[in-house]
Amino acid sequence: MNTYTTAPCSAIEISSLTKTFKTGQRAHKALDKVSLKIFSGQMIGLIGASGSGKSTILRHIAGLTAADCLTNSIIVLGRSVQTNGVVDRGIRATRARVGFIFQQFNLVGQMTVLSNVLAGSLGRIPSWRGTIGWFTQEERAQALEALARVGMEKFAMQRASTLSGGEQQRVAIARTLMQGAEIILADEPIASLDPVSSRNVMEILTLIHLEDRRTVVVSLHQVDYALRYCERIVALKHGEIVYDGSSKDVSVEMLHDIYGDKFIETCVEETPPASTRDIHMPAHAGQSCVLARAGAATY
Amino acid sequence: MHTTTTIKLMEETMLNRRYMRKNILRLVAWGLFFAFLAWSWKGAEMRPFDLIRDAGNMATYAKGFFPPNFAEWRFYLEEMIVTIQIAVWGTVLSVLLSIPCGLLCSSNIASPWIYQPVRRLMDSCRAINEMVFALLFVVAVGLGPFAGVLALFIHTTGTLSKLFSEAVEAIDPRPVEGIRSTGANALQEITFGVIPQVMPLWISYSLYRFEANVRSATVLGMVGGGGIGMVLWELIRSFNYTSTCAVLLVIIVVVSCLDMASGKLRKVFI
Repeated sequence: MNTYTTAPCSAIEISSLTKTFKTGQRAHKALDKVSLKIFSGQMIGLIGASGSGKSTILRHIAGLTAADCLTNSIIVLGRSVQTNGVVDRGIRATRARVGFIFQQFNLVGQMTVLSNVLAGSLGRIPSWRGTIGWFTQEERAQALEALARVGMEKFAMQRASTLSGGEQQRVAIARTLMQGAEIILADEPIASLDPVSSRNVMEILTLIHLEDRRTVVVSLHQVDYALRYCERIVALKHGEIVYDGSSKDVSVEMLHDIYGDKFIETCVEETPPASTRDIHMPAHAGQSCVLARAGAATY
Repeated sequence: MHTTTTIKLMEETMLNRRYMRKNILRLVAWGLFFAFLAWSWKGAEMRPFDLIRDAGNMATYAKGFFPPNFAEWRFYLEEMIVTIQIAVWGTVLSVLLSIPCGLLCSSNIASPWIYQPVRRLMDSCRAINEMVFALLFVVAVGLGPFAGVLALFIHTTGTLSKLFSEAVEAIDPRPVEGIRSTGANALQEITFGVIPQVMPLWISYSLYRFEANVRSATVLGMVGGGGIGMVLWELIRSFNYTSTCAVLLVIIVVVSCLDMASGKLRKVFI
């Protein structure tokens, strides 16, 4: 296993993370003593088959799920998120600095797009103001600016539920921008999107990573997207890290090992980005090989 | 080959048994239901043939209601407006109290040691009819509309809290998690994640209860709760059936109009 260190300051430190899900008599170990260090300003792709523990890791980092009561800890931006299976009391302050993008967007469909984005500021404005939904002119302007960055400003007053999946995901990204999140955790953000929307969302995330120097951790089912957009890859199998290193060094054999025998390699021509925006891709981007899994369109 | 046939036979026998058991259970269930109806028939002293036997008396009695006497229509209308006012305040107060109570009754918001006692309290508010509450409040605050308002307020709070909490328990938890992930506190999770999801249903339930409360308020007056009910009761007791008919027609027209308006308003929110 490689140790990948490019930046000096660590944004996320996970030590001996273990999580067991119990359903009745059955117990499934989703994560088994996972230790991981993520440095500030990195863009990391979490890959692995379904049930390998990608989403579970991200949820633990955000303090949305508590680990098993064993010796383990998660430190984010120098603050403890959870220790030995107990979520820290000051978790809200940490969450305010960590944006979370969900696979199913998790927007409030009945609220307007602008209100959803404004909700991103709840962790940093006075509680009483947030509770009654009183946002200043400046905050509203910030929200509109965040929407403009993801190309959604013209939908500001529309109900979130009326948007398409790709549009909703862009609004969710705008919410993290409004949050001023130093770390963005994206849990399979393109899993339920069509290829064009998927590329659009990944390009926006890459732009935020490159322009704002945000740390981005994105779990992906599509290996080709992970290799194209992420500089570092962390691969999980049965709740354990089986690869941690540069995306350039990911080999087909390794992917066979991660996903099993059904994994096949198909070489396709590089397709141009959907957006006309001049996107600065990472140096390794544009690998000619797109890896797909047999039976599925793209894994 | 022999084994396959045996397995098939066993499966068929098991299926037949299961089918038979299901049929027997269905028959027993229907039998119990009819036994329950027969038992209730006795207790309720059901005498449907009396309707046929006394049909003549009833026709004579009904004839006494016509033609309706609208001589005092201004007074009836004023009292009907008072009845609506009773319903408005009874509903508004109950909606205000049902919001926190409904949230505290929800198992996905509050812990069992909070939602269980609050639910039982709401059960008791709902179990006692508004007429009984009106009788109690007439003693406490005297005759008049205020006793009616309090009676509707308590009973409707019990009903709306249950409906509100059921709506809260049926929400999609993902938007709430989305709000939580931004660093929001528990109250903000409710105001941003829960309330927007349940608001259309809450408004619909409140309007429906308002309709029901207008109907209830018309009879609250009979026990001293004020409004048109008081007038109606006085007219019936003085055998003034033509005026009673006029009052009943006023009630029917006003309640129907309110029902239609409220129904249209509810459609806007759902």
